[in-house]
Amino acid sequence: MESVQSHRKIMTGNEAVAVGVKLAKVKVIAAYPITPQTTIVEELADMVANGELDSKFIEVESEHSAMSAVTASEASGVRSYTASSSHGILYMHEPLHWAAGMRLPLVMSVVNRAIGPPWNIWGEQTDTFNQKDTGWLQIYCESNQEAMDSILLGYKIAENKKILLPVMNMLDAFTLSHTSEPVDVRNQKKAAEYVGDLELDSKLDFKNPAGYGSLLGPDGPFMEMKKDMRDSMYNAIGTIKNEISNFNEQFSAELPGLTDNFMMEDADYALVTAGAISSTAKYTVRKLREKGQKVGLIRLYFYRPFPGEDVLKAVKGLKGLGVVERNLSFGQRGPTYEDVATSLYGRVDIPIRNYVVGLGGRDIRVKDFERMFEDLVEGDNEIEWVNVGVK
Amino acid sequence: MPILPITYVSTSTREMSSWRTSKPIIEYSKCTRCAICWKFCPDVAIDLVSDPSIKSPNEKFSSLEAPLINLNYCKGCGICATECPFGAIEMVREEI
Repeated sequence: MESVQSHRKIMTGNEAVAVGVKLAKVKVIAAYPITPQTTIVEELADMVANGELDSKFIEVESEHSAMSAVTASEASGVRSYTASSSHGILYMHEPLHWAAGMRLPLVMSVVNRAIGPPWNIWGEQTDTFNQKDTGWLQIYCESNQEAMDSILLGYKIAENKKILLPVMNMLDAFTLSHTSEPVDVRNQKKAAEYVGDLELDSKLDFKNPAGYGSLLGPDGPFMEMKKDMRDSMYNAIGTIKNEISNFNEQFSAELPGLTDNFMMEDADYALVTAGAISSTAKYTVRKLREKGQKVGLIRLYFYRPFPGEDVLKAVKGLKGLGVVERNLSFGQRGPTYEDVATSLYGRVDIPIRNYVVGLGGRDIRVKDFERMFEDLVEGDNEIEWVNVGVK
Repeated sequence: MPILPITYVSTSTREMSSWRTSKPIIEYSKCTRCAICWKFCPDVAIDLVSDPSIKSPNEKFSSLEAPLINLNYCKGCGICATECPFGAIEMVREEI
């Protein structure tokens, strides 16, 4: 039989991620298990053990070490991968800055989970919204298909010489990570051709020793390096768009742009979401549309770089916009609200409301989205807590 | 191509002498050439040199390599003086 582009399988988000890593020809994996990321690491360890995946699997004693290990292996020019969640990614916070500052095109998966106290293993995105300023690109997936495809796309984007920054792929705890969906598994040969081999211009070389990240005074090119990083991220949007359409073409895939605009063309009211809750939001939009209400949804597929211009284009003509946060920033409105409001400031005048939903795995129901849409007609708000204190 | 935080300049080009508030002085007539100071120096600022003209406790030691502190790299931490089993190294305050 002639090889097909992909074959369909039922798999959980974590399985889809592990298969994506295999397809991307990753050579070094270092990870520390944490619920709900564990099955990604288990699956990869199995693949390495049974010879299905030709990789070095480094068992480490912590997430800090996991990130440090893959930083070093990537610096030696070998495609590397890690995955974490919640408190694990918080423990990684410092080496996340190091990996990005060293301009290493790593890809990691994060299964979004709440942060204690009190202990909670369920879905919430605060763990990675806390990492939005580390210099990593951030992708929030809505489906298991996207979780797999974003690994391949992630390496392609990260390794682009104009970008050279690491990519963080997010999937929601349990809703995606442990829930089975049909996934088109990309053809191994085609995926290998697509990602190609990692070629770094500058890599660890014992014959030509160098200092990595060594001390630099105030007059050294410290600020210039940070500016270069910021510019590379901020100007990456065009390259990312090209890479997404290239990916969709090569694999007959359906990745959205940096934003996924759902029924936005003639919408009066819309919500902004990220991650798996967007599926419930889309269902609600369809339901309200059937009742004749002109509503829509903007899903942020990429959160860093922030697709401000795309959001601006999508909201033109709206009478009200609601930004839905599945994360929390104390002492200010949510980070997505800030980013959306910044992108629109002085360019369109639309009242924006801010909602906090689904912390610690709290259910986000269709009726919650309906209430948010109803609420949009009222103009700006401070911040609204959805489905709270109703027990 | 981004600006990378990688340098091919050897750290030997970086002189650390201005960090110092006191410097180690070796009393060679007490020095048995055990090289413990050389092993402990965290800045590799001690060389071992063959120089029979350097003083020694007696002539049996004069043929051995003697420690010589390179004050360009010595930060004055005093580890050598602390570790010397013969009390042959003294930290002397730098004059301003």
